[in-house]
Amino acid sequence: MSERVIDVRGLVKRYGDLEAVGGIDLHVDRGEVIALLGPNGAGKTTAVEILEGYRTKTAGEVSVLGLDPATRPRDLRERVGIVLQSTGVDPFLTVRETVTLYAGYYRRHLPTDEVLATVGLSEKGDARVRRLSGGQQRRLDVAIALAGDPELLFLDEPTTGFDPSARRNAWEVVKNLAAMGKTVFLTTHYMDEAQYLADRVAVIAKGEIVAEGPPDTIAGRDRMLARIRFRAPAGTPALPSWGQEPQADGSCLLRAEDPTKSAHEVAGWALDRGFSFELFEVTQPSLEDVYLDLTGGEEGMT
Amino acid sequence: MSAPRLLARQVRSTNTAFWRNPASAFFTFVFPLLFLVIFTTLLGKGSTTIGGITYDNATYYVAAMASFGVITACYTNVAMSIVFARDAGVLKRVRGTPMPGGAYLGARVTHAALVGALLVTVTAVFGVVAYHTHVPTGMDLVRFLVTLLVGSGCFAAIGLAVSGIVPNADAAPPIVNAIILPLLFLSGIFLTIGDDAPTWVNVVGDVFPVRHFVDAMRDSFLGSPAFTWTDVAVMGLWLVGAALVAVRTFRWEARR
Repeated sequence: MSERVIDVRGLVKRYGDLEAVGGIDLHVDRGEVIALLGPNGAGKTTAVEILEGYRTKTAGEVSVLGLDPATRPRDLRERVGIVLQSTGVDPFLTVRETVTLYAGYYRRHLPTDEVLATVGLSEKGDARVRRLSGGQQRRLDVAIALAGDPELLFLDEPTTGFDPSARRNAWEVVKNLAAMGKTVFLTTHYMDEAQYLADRVAVIAKGEIVAEGPPDTIAGRDRMLARIRFRAPAGTPALPSWGQEPQADGSCLLRAEDPTKSAHEVAGWALDRGFSFELFEVTQPSLEDVYLDLTGGEEGMT
Repeated sequence: MSAPRLLARQVRSTNTAFWRNPASAFFTFVFPLLFLVIFTTLLGKGSTTIGGITYDNATYYVAAMASFGVITACYTNVAMSIVFARDAGVLKRVRGTPMPGGAYLGARVTHAALVGALLVTVTAVFGVVAYHTHVPTGMDLVRFLVTLLVGSGCFAAIGLAVSGIVPNADAAPPIVNAIILPLLFLSGIFLTIGDDAPTWVNVVGDVFPVRHFVDAMRDSFLGSPAFTWTDVAVMGLWLVGAALVAVRTFRWEARR
């Protein structure tokens, strides 16, 4: 059996009458990339800040690398890297000075140039932090968290506010970390991020974990029916009944157990009548569909 | 790394950032020197009698501006920079590393005290060159250095305590200045306060540490027989009291 890096049982956090975290169980094994997904206010950050040692729990058991983060043992801080949701550094130091300063806090640390190369900031080493773009500052956050060569990395919404290409770059950084054997605990509200990076996903809603599993199979996603959506040109004779549901935009939606067969039938029907669909798509249910189902979809993804 | 080495490294880093930041370098370092020139030029004529001893106003202002420099570096600069670092998330980040919190804050205080000492030195050299002020030696120098050390610690401790009650960075300049400015005026930093001052002004001076600091700095620097260790003791009490408050109110995270 693989080594438990994080073990949480019955974790509860209350602020007065408000229950932010309502009894969650969660474990993470060494080398795993886990994503904690949930809408804003679901308890993601509260939960992760308890694991990081910033907040105390109301009840339950929490073990990180075999230690209790609530007592803030220095040995734990030596082995953990943290990228907070919003965090800063002195804007007047250079990138290299900053990483070297933080590396020096740790007994064991990585060479600054190596860390800068890992996050793709090698060319910015001599730039003042205040001159960096938002995406570069976030990469510096990751570099600082890596400086102490941690076994476990917490990344709290690492790509919020990034443009698509900056997010792609950040993802590659995280992929590299996973390849280096680091255990990564990621919180995010981007489904594609979790899909791309995580070995396992836990969905938190209203303080509770409502589903957990690999992103491809979580909550029976792999057994959900595929969807075929198509729209015939105006004036097309009546469509045969395949059990399709008419959509607001005039298209039809079909849920297919065997999408290959059904798509063939539908397309064949159109070709037999000598026309092509204006719209024709076949989709597997996405992690987002599953997620919206689980969280009630009451809160949009930002 | 050992705590003293971590502290020394942090002081160096704080120092690098301090001089690169035009706002901190100007308001903390250039400002008191600017005031020194302005006050000695405009108000340096005449004399002030304190405790029966008469001082040249130029000499008086050299000592007062040296004190002002220490207060700016240790109180104002520490309180502001801590609040700004807290709001920017720097303190919370450091808190998540193995760096001991005491070494981190100790480095900020140490750096502030060194900037204060540098200001005192520059001010003293100015005083000697421009006004031929007396330079302390022997026991006077010991008194002066102890006053400087206790005073720096006292004002830095108050700065740390005040940082805990300031809600956010926007509120920092008004609150930090509102606390110190009236005291600077009532304690003889900007205006000479002699034996003819109203009683209530003297009461304020007796209670708060600024007047004690100015008096002890001036008397030890000039080798005046008016020097009294009571001034240093009062600052020591403020140091301990402010440190106790700081321990209770200090926050590593910004309020949400």
